[in-house]
Order: sequence, then C-alpha cells, then structure tokens
Amino acid sequence: MSAVEGTATPAPGATTPEGSPSPTRTSWTAWARYRITHTVPQGQWLPDRQPAYVASWIYVFGMATLVSLVIVIGSGVVLALGGSEWWHTSSVGHYVNSVHLWSVEIFFAVMAIHLWGKFWMAAWRGGRSLTWTTGMIALLAAVGTGFTGYLSQTNFDAQWIGAQAKDGLNSVGLGAWFNALNPATALTLHIIVLPLAVGAIVIMHVILVRRHGVVPPIDAEEPTS
Amino acid sequence: MTTSSTSPGHGKRHTPDSHSFPTRPYDLVKEMVVAGVILLLATLALAAAFGSLDEKAITLQDWAKAAPNDVVATATGELAGTTDSAGYGPPYNNASDGQKLGPLALQKWGGVRIPVNSAQDLVLTPLQSGTPDASLTDALATWKAANADQQTAWATDYGDALAAVPDGNPASVAGGDYGPVPVMASSFLTLAQSGGLEQLMSPNFYGGDRTKQLLLLSDGSYLEDQARARSLGGDQWGMMNEAGNYPGQVWLGMMTFWYQIPAIGDSDNGDALVWGATAVIVLGFLFLPFIPGARAIPEKIPVYKLIWRDYYRRQKPKA
Repeated sequence: MSAVEGTATPAPGATTPEGSPSPTRTSWTAWARYRITHTVPQGQWLPDRQPAYVASWIYVFGMATLVSLVIVIGSGVVLALGGSEWWHTSSVGHYVNSVHLWSVEIFFAVMAIHLWGKFWMAAWRGGRSLTWTTGMIALLAAVGTGFTGYLSQTNFDAQWIGAQAKDGLNSVGLGAWFNALNPATALTLHIIVLPLAVGAIVIMHVILVRRHGVVPPIDAEEPTS
Repeated sequence: MTTSSTSPGHGKRHTPDSHSFPTRPYDLVKEMVVAGVILLLATLALAAAFGSLDEKAITLQDWAKAAPNDVVATATGELAGTTDSAGYGPPYNNASDGQKLGPLALQKWGGVRIPVNSAQDLVLTPLQSGTPDASLTDALATWKAANADQQTAWATDYGDALAAVPDGNPASVAGGDYGPVPVMASSFLTLAQSGGLEQLMSPNFYGGDRTKQLLLLSDGSYLEDQARARSLGGDQWGMMNEAGNYPGQVWLGMMTFWYQIPAIGDSDNGDALVWGATAVIVLGFLFLPFIPGARAIPEKIPVYKLIWRDYYRRQKPKA
C-alpha cells in the first residue's frame, strides 16, 4: 500500500517513492502541505488519459452532475441578487426562476443516473467506500437544499409545503431545530448553509474520485505488462 | 502510484489498482465544456418553453373573503382548544406528546422550542391589537373575567353549534349559552377581511417568521381544500407533486411512497413511521459498501457487463 492510499505513510523525514520528503512529526504546516500535495497521485488531478475500460456514456453523467450544479448555483446567484420576491413581479425574474427550477430538475436527473450507474458498477470496490458515501451525502444535502428552496418561494406552494412538512419534521423532533414555517430560516439555509455543504461534500467526493481513480470492471484481473 | 486493495464489495476478491491498467486519451475539460453547453441550452429552452409555477400566496384576507365560515369555525376552535395547533404538542405546546416512532417519543424529546398558545397568539392577541370596538371590548372583558372551564365550555358549545348547521353559517346557529364567543369570532372575521391580520399576529416590521399565520391557516380547512383541488394531498403523492403539470420534488418519491400505504398514511404516527422507513433506506444506501448481500447485488444482476462490454469483449480472446 502506498502513501497515496493513506495506510502506510513513510517515516518522518524519509523520502517517498515520488521523491518528496514526508511530513515531520512537529510541523503542522508540513503535514498539511504533504496531505494537500499527496492526497491525489501526481498527474491525476486533471489527467488527459483514463484507463481503457472507461468507455461508456454512463461516465459522462458524473461530469454532467457537476456542470448542472454550476448552472443551479449560477441561476440561484442571479435570483439572490434580485431578492426573494423579485420573481413574483418581474418577467425577467420569473424566467430566471424558471431557469433555476429546470436546472435543479436536470441536476437531480443526471445525479440519479450517475448514482445508479455507480451502483451497478459496484463502484465502492477497491477502497472506494468513502467515495460512495460522500456521493450519497451530497445527494442528501442536495435534497435538503431543494426542499428549503421550495419553502422559500413565498407563494401558495411554499405555504402548503411548509404546512405539510412541519408535521414530518416535528414528528421526529427535527421541527424543534428547523422551523418549516419560517421562510427566513429556510431561505438562509437554502442560499448559504446548504450550498456550502453541498459544495464541500462534492469537492471531497471529486478528490476521492481522483485519488483512487475510476473503479475497474468487476472480475478484472491485474494487468500484466 | 496506488496499489490494489481488497474489495469490501467482493469479500476477499481482489480489485486491481485502476492506475495499473492500460490507458487511452480522455479529454475531461472538453467533456466538461460540451456537457455544460448542452445542459445550459437545455435548461434555457425548458425554462422558456414551460416556465415555472407561481400561484400567489393565500393571505388571511383572501381566506376570510373566500371562506368566512371557515374563519369563524377556526377562531372558535382556537378558543376551545380543539384545533390541530392547540392540541399539537412539541415544538409548539405541551398539549400532547405528539407522534412516536415505536417506543421513541422523538417529537416530545425535541421539546417546546417554538411556543405557541393558539387561543392567545392566534386569536386574542390580534383581537386586542385591532381597532377598538365597544361590543368587542365588552366581549373580551367577559372572556377575560371567566375561568378557563367556562371559556372552554362557551367556545366548545359554539363550535359544536356551528358544525351542526349547513356550511357552518353563524347566522343559522341555534340559540345557546355561548358567552362572548360569537362576538369574538365575528370580530375576528371582520378583522381578517379588513386585511392586516398577519401583521397583528407578528408585529415585526420586517416580517420573516410566519409560524403563527401558517398555523392558523392550516387549522382551517380552506388551505387543504385548495391543495387537494390541485392534487397536492399527502395521499395524492402531493409531497413530490406540483400543481398543474410542473415537475415537483420528484426526488422525494421514496418518502411519498410510504404515505400511500393506508396502514402508515392513516396512522396517528404516520409521519414518524414514514421518516423511520425512509431513514432505514437512506442508511442502507449510505453504508451499502459494508452490507453483505446488498453490496453483491450488482454482481448478481450483470448490468455491469453492458457498461464495460468493450472491456469484456477484449478480454474474451485471452481467455
């Protein structure tokens, strides 16, 4: 197991197989630098080659999820600039809201395809269980972000969703900490807290993907040179 | 650079290091740009073609004008303590323990962190804050002078009388000892019809929190009637539906499903049961790599042979 796998860090001060010194025991800075530079193998941050078995349209949906998230955030930023009620009174605002809605629908659609693709590939194999789990957490955080967005609409839809959702949240004690009938709380979570959470988890997920590489086919043998 | 490791999904079966395989050119940046352009154009086109739903929020004035008898019945119910919010339990009050998930009283354990006294906060405070009126002033004084049992008896009797007449029309109610309740309920309706009741319930210049207003609206039947007319009821897959043909929160389908099962949807603990069932499934997916049997499903149903068909085709001659 190499240093990249994280289970066999070289002795302090020793030289790694890649030629860079390992972190000393005393310097947090050296430890952080080492982690940052060695979490992903050299050349794998943005590789221009992939294993030959990476040859299916299903692989596109990971990237599609990422770029659709960018569109979701971009349209959300424009909506935020207009204010929470802008889209009720402005045709431009209403169109931007429509873009935001449809970008969210597309985001969830491509993410679902990506998730099921990874399920059928058993993509947690080879030490990739954390990659799978972070992907699932990103999905859950995205569901929460979508839900708070619906609560923030300040229209009939938001009224009804809030009135119904409060019962579910209250039934398991969550309503004591998140009030679905307070659109101000919902909006704050929707535009700041949850997007930050989704962004952080997605970044962690992508780092793990780049660290471990794309999972090999089921039953694949170790290639012989 | 990385080495192979044992696969948790395959017991002791070996999963080779992905970096040891032969490679082929793969332009990630090009993929990102092309996917981005296609999805952006698709989003802009869908937004232009279908737009998005925006039905105006129901104000308390709208409610009072469209369903005045419902407002009177709801105000009476708040005074009698018979509405949903009055008997809700945590996080609003201690009127009940709320729902349970098996032996777990999660709702009760959450505590009363958003205290709401339905009679005082949703009816009496707005009445006391509104424009003074001689008959209302007398009615409020009579109400205040009575003890709690008397207050409850007046409001309960008037609520029962309203429920006994067609459409709950106060004008058709039989005579009885209802104390000041008819005047208070009627004044509440007048206040709601004049507009501004929302502000009297939460006299904060900036608004924001609408807990009390939405609890009051939910205690009536008008909001639910409007939602059900749009197929948004819980037993109508309403959690994932949207009014009209617009897409809603489709991703909540897994939760919505449980509400369609009568044993769960009709249970007094239905919401807690749905959350419990959903939590089990979510945890199952989260920890799928560590669950024997479940993690082996992809091997048993060989969808993977379609995904990697080129790889397996190339491997055949070697075998």
